[in-house]
Amino acid sequence: MVPLSYYLLLSGILFVCGVLGFLIKRNIITIFMSIELMLNGVNLSFVAFAAHWHALSGQVFVFFVMVVAAAEAAVGLAIIIAVYRTRETLNVDRVNLLKL
Amino acid sequence: MTPNPYLWLVPLLPLAGAAINGFLGRRSSKKAITAVALVFCGLAFLLAVVIAARFSSASAPYYFNLAHWLRSGSFQVDFSFYLDQLSLVMLLVVTGVGFLIHIYSVGYMWDDDGYYRFMSYMNLFMFFMLTLVLAKNYLVMFIGWEGVGLASYLLIGYWFTKDSAASAGKKAFIVNRIGDFGFLIALFLMIKHFGSLDFTHVFAAVRPLSPETAGTGLLTAIGLLLMVGAAGKSAQIPLYVWLPDAMEGPTPVSALIHAATMVTAGVYMVARSSVIFERAPTAMMVVAIIGTLTALFAATIGIAQTDIKKVLAYSTISQLGYMFMACGVGAFSAGIFHLMTHAFFKGLLFLAAGSVIHGIGGEQDMRKMGGLRLYMPWTFATMGIATLAIAGIPPFAGFWSKDEILWKAFNASWVYWLIGVITAFITSFYMFRLMYMTFGGEYRGAVVQEAHGHDDHGHDAHGHGNGHGHGEPHESPWVMLGPLVILAVLSVVGGFVGYGNRFEHFLAPVFQGAMEVAQETSHEAVDHTLEYLLMGVSISVAVLGWLLAYLLYSRHPQLPARIAAKLDGLYQAVAHKYYIDELYDAVFVKPLIEGSTTILWHDIDQGVIDAAVNDSADAARHVSDNVRHMQSGNLRSYAGWVAAGGAVVIAYMVWMGVR
Repeated sequence: MVPLSYYLLLSGILFVCGVLGFLIKRNIITIFMSIELMLNGVNLSFVAFAAHWHALSGQVFVFFVMVVAAAEAAVGLAIIIAVYRTRETLNVDRVNLLKL
Repeated sequence: MTPNPYLWLVPLLPLAGAAINGFLGRRSSKKAITAVALVFCGLAFLLAVVIAARFSSASAPYYFNLAHWLRSGSFQVDFSFYLDQLSLVMLLVVTGVGFLIHIYSVGYMWDDDGYYRFMSYMNLFMFFMLTLVLAKNYLVMFIGWEGVGLASYLLIGYWFTKDSAASAGKKAFIVNRIGDFGFLIALFLMIKHFGSLDFTHVFAAVRPLSPETAGTGLLTAIGLLLMVGAAGKSAQIPLYVWLPDAMEGPTPVSALIHAATMVTAGVYMVARSSVIFERAPTAMMVVAIIGTLTALFAATIGIAQTDIKKVLAYSTISQLGYMFMACGVGAFSAGIFHLMTHAFFKGLLFLAAGSVIHGIGGEQDMRKMGGLRLYMPWTFATMGIATLAIAGIPPFAGFWSKDEILWKAFNASWVYWLIGVITAFITSFYMFRLMYMTFGGEYRGAVVQEAHGHDDHGHDAHGHGNGHGHGEPHESPWVMLGPLVILAVLSVVGGFVGYGNRFEHFLAPVFQGAMEVAQETSHEAVDHTLEYLLMGVSISVAVLGWLLAYLLYSRHPQLPARIAAKLDGLYQAVAHKYYIDELYDAVFVKPLIEGSTTILWHDIDQGVIDAAVNDSADAARHVSDNVRHMQSGNLRSYAGWVAAGGAVVIAYMVWMGVR
């Protein structure tokens, strides 16, 4: 039996990777992937706790998160395509028309 | 006590006139303004005459409750009016003399730009003065009291573009406030101890009390505080300083407010409170001493003044001193008698002085007058009558009332009498000096001037500076001379009212309580030979004063300058009014201004209050200046902050968990 702390550590590492990727990367698709990474890091901790405490609600939450993430991915990718069509770039620093 | 439903109309008529002229006067014609002002004032006078005609001592006093005002537990004050013999005299004097002065003002102020404003203020003054006189309780009286102060302020500062007039108005108001403060505390004491401000209730509560012979106590305190108020309003030592400055106002104002009516309000108030004063001998003595000193003091200042209105102003203060002297020795009816005759002849003197000033184009310096008897005979004749009256030459009005006061003063103490007689001598001297300087000799003013040549006629820049140039002095129009003649007649015959003590008997019901006490003190001397002897003395000092003035200012006009040079120090002191204004300036005004400027303004207002506001605003801006860099608009920096914040929270929880 793998101890709970291992799962949590891995979950933390995944989450931090996601945060760092989000902060550092300029490519909008990479940023999007980093967000997915953070979500999955959290999902992992949910599942780990659910298994540890034998509570189903954690598992249920994970499904919810996955559903939301799928919806988000659909909308997000559509936006990305739209952005690319108008701006011909995926660099977030250059998508700054709203900034004064 | 008989109800009289017309009483409240008397003050309200002038108020209506003031309101109409004040709100609509700017757009209406001068004729309409004149009609409104005179009709409402005249109606008040007519009503007063009707009320007087139907007045009977048997059914007096009359009263009328107009409306409830304050109700607080057992304490209540109403808008109620009261008419007894004393207020009847005041009512007739105020409306009668006031109406005459309104007529005169039409001629005097006709060319002034603010004519409607002037007439409106005059009517407003009448309203407040009549409220004061007809009040049934001290609080309604206080409304009138404050209101006449307000009207006085507005009228003194009538030519408000002139700095001296504006500050004279303020001075009058502020000095009066000091007196009003005393009055107000006296009212508080009455509320506390008698639970009422109604004359009837207060006097009924006071009457059973025995005189406070020990010299201290409630009644003495109330009396002294009332006297503080009276000293402010009636320009007695030490609060008289505002009255000479008040001469900055138009001359009809000086006649109405600062000679005939408002300044006598203090005398009226003391006489009205006679029941209280009679039971507070110490307060009575203070009243008498203040009155006597003021009479002498102001008269001596009057000798050396060269401004015709200033002479009359000091003369007014001096005569008011006589009235207080009378009240102080318990001769309230003599004081009121003098108040009445004084209203006639001093009103006349001021109006005549106004006529002189009008006739020579705004000049007030007597050294630039002279010889005017030829140019304005009517003014000369009427002013001459007034001068004979104030000097105390029989049979003119002033003689009767002044002699009455001196006789009563002698019964109290010969010191009062002696100072009174000396004052009478000085009065006679400076009044005839004024007559000789103004009307005697040759005209000393510049006769021929170019069309607009009198623009720097300093003092009284009255209305007709814009129209015609002033060549020769000229007589005033009849609208101004009419009131002069009527007042002159009153100054001649007014004194006979008091012949055979009729005036005193008429007022006796009002001063009933007072009489009983006064009789005890002055019972020894009812010797008529002594009375006639004293009468002879006062007539002879009046004639002596006249002779001296004649010698110095008509026979040997070079003498006064030589005497002044010889008595240089004394003369300078008198000419500068004993430096009282300078003294007050140094003792009260300067420290107040300095203290307000440095401590209150610079230290407290700017240093503490303003600084607290400004500093907190500065601090907020500094903090914001630094913090605003966080808000860069860069999305990833926000995410970084969120992540960092999350990290901090987790670190904190971990650390707490470890502990």
